[in-house]
Amino acid sequence: MLELKNISKNYNPGSVNELCLFQDFNFTVQDGEFVSVVGSNGSGKTSMLNIICGSIGVDAGQILIGGVDISGQKDFVRQRKIGRVYQDPSKGTCPSMTILENMSLAENKGKPYNLGRGVNKTRVEAYRELLKPLNLGLEDKLGVQVGSLSGGQRQALALLMATMTPIDFLILDEHTAALDPKTAEIIMELTDRIVREKKVTTIMVTHNLRYAVEYGSRLIMMHEGTVILDKSGEEKRNINTEEIMGIFNRISVECGN
Amino acid sequence: MALILSVLEQGMIYGILALGVYITYKILDFPDLTVDGSFPFGAAITARLISGFGVPAILTLPIAFLAGALVGICTGLIHVKMKVRDLLSGIIMMTGLYTINLWIAGSAYVPIFNKQNIFDNAVVNRIFPEFLRNYKVVIIIFLITMLVKYLLDWYMNTKSGFLLRAVGDNDTIVTSLGVDKGLVKIVGLSIANGLVALSGCIYAQQQRSFEISIGTGAVVIGLASVIIGTSLFRKLSFLRVTASVVIGSILYKACVALAMFAGISATAIKLITAVLFLIILELSRDRGKKRGSAC
Repeated sequence: MLELKNISKNYNPGSVNELCLFQDFNFTVQDGEFVSVVGSNGSGKTSMLNIICGSIGVDAGQILIGGVDISGQKDFVRQRKIGRVYQDPSKGTCPSMTILENMSLAENKGKPYNLGRGVNKTRVEAYRELLKPLNLGLEDKLGVQVGSLSGGQRQALALLMATMTPIDFLILDEHTAALDPKTAEIIMELTDRIVREKKVTTIMVTHNLRYAVEYGSRLIMMHEGTVILDKSGEEKRNINTEEIMGIFNRISVECGN
Repeated sequence: MALILSVLEQGMIYGILALGVYITYKILDFPDLTVDGSFPFGAAITARLISGFGVPAILTLPIAFLAGALVGICTGLIHVKMKVRDLLSGIIMMTGLYTINLWIAGSAYVPIFNKQNIFDNAVVNRIFPEFLRNYKVVIIIFLITMLVKYLLDWYMNTKSGFLLRAVGDNDTIVTSLGVDKGLVKIVGLSIANGLVALSGCIYAQQQRSFEISIGTGAVVIGLASVIIGTSLFRKLSFLRVTASVVIGSILYKACVALAMFAGISATAIKLITAVLFLIILELSRDRGKKRGSAC
């Protein structure tokens, strides 16, 4: 279980640009949930992910995983148990290294990076088996540098790499936003399959309201640093895109945009 | 013949320096000016060890490497822990090392002519037959350079080496892998400066002296070699990039030798270094542009 307790976060404190994003913010994710997060720009979606991953600090409050406070842990320590996929497909892979090298690197997560061989030849077949269901032809390109792949191929690989080792959380930060509609669809289906297979607790930020409605077991909408809508179970299944869109437009109008 | 031998000797010695620069400049994407200090640092330590303490020549190689690695760790700590910009971290270390090098060596010029060194000691003189006497130095340098190249190739294919390649490529992923990216950068800088100091160590023994001025422009020579090597041999897939860097260094030394041969005075050497580097940068930029428009 992930708990954010009484989180406060100010950007540029003490200056004229001071922006209070979170004030006593509380949010809980149960194990096994697949939470879709929607909300307008600046509502705090990505900041929330960054706070969980430790990429940005908080001014006050606690971040608990399974009841243990991790707010003092460095970002890289926290991410040993977290898989993260970014909006930018190039952030989840190493462009100058081959697919095989990238996957070997990802599979070693959590173990020491010592002077052992970087690539374990006996794992090549297993990697092929992982890549085959993507239907992107990557299984025949193990020796190809990732930098020469398309955005969709890279994002699929990034998703696989983020989930190769046992993780407590999968964090998806608008991971389909930079892709064309068809590729985004493929990546979204792949995401759903991986989440189901691994039964991994997932938080997905998206601007695509349809994905938020169709996928996941819980839907929340954020606005100005607070959760203004939280639907799960039966309620979540009965919700439709128009309804969400309606709420979304209403809050936007209130803001004057 | 003597000219060719000297180009090969110096080319390969600076090739080791270029391998260090390759790690920082190409792999870590870190323009490391520490090199201007760590190259004479390796030389100063060697001169002192040989002339002052009579340490067996072979031992100077690992000692210089380790000392250089320590210098690299300092640059890394300044950059990572104190958050000083990459260029400035190098400049701080380079400036400080100038004094430290003078302290270690004792003066700006230390001759070690009549001492044993890696090219001239009881063991080496027994192994090499009379007819190979003239090629002794070049052969020993070749062996050391090859050893360094193969060790570096081996390291780059270890798990730790993979991380090093990853951190320059995309440091976000290193954090995602649960590893401190700062630590990886420090490791990279320490290996790089270890190699640079090793190069300085061999250089001092080949020149049979230490001179404080050898540091000035060392990083430029290294960068020029790396750029020649990587852009000239990009297409040759049978050549490992480490080999191309060493060959780049030899070609660079050949260019300088040609300029000297054409009658340019030795005092102009640093100017030639700078101008040559500019020409090389310009040429490699041109190649890049053509390639880009072809796509």
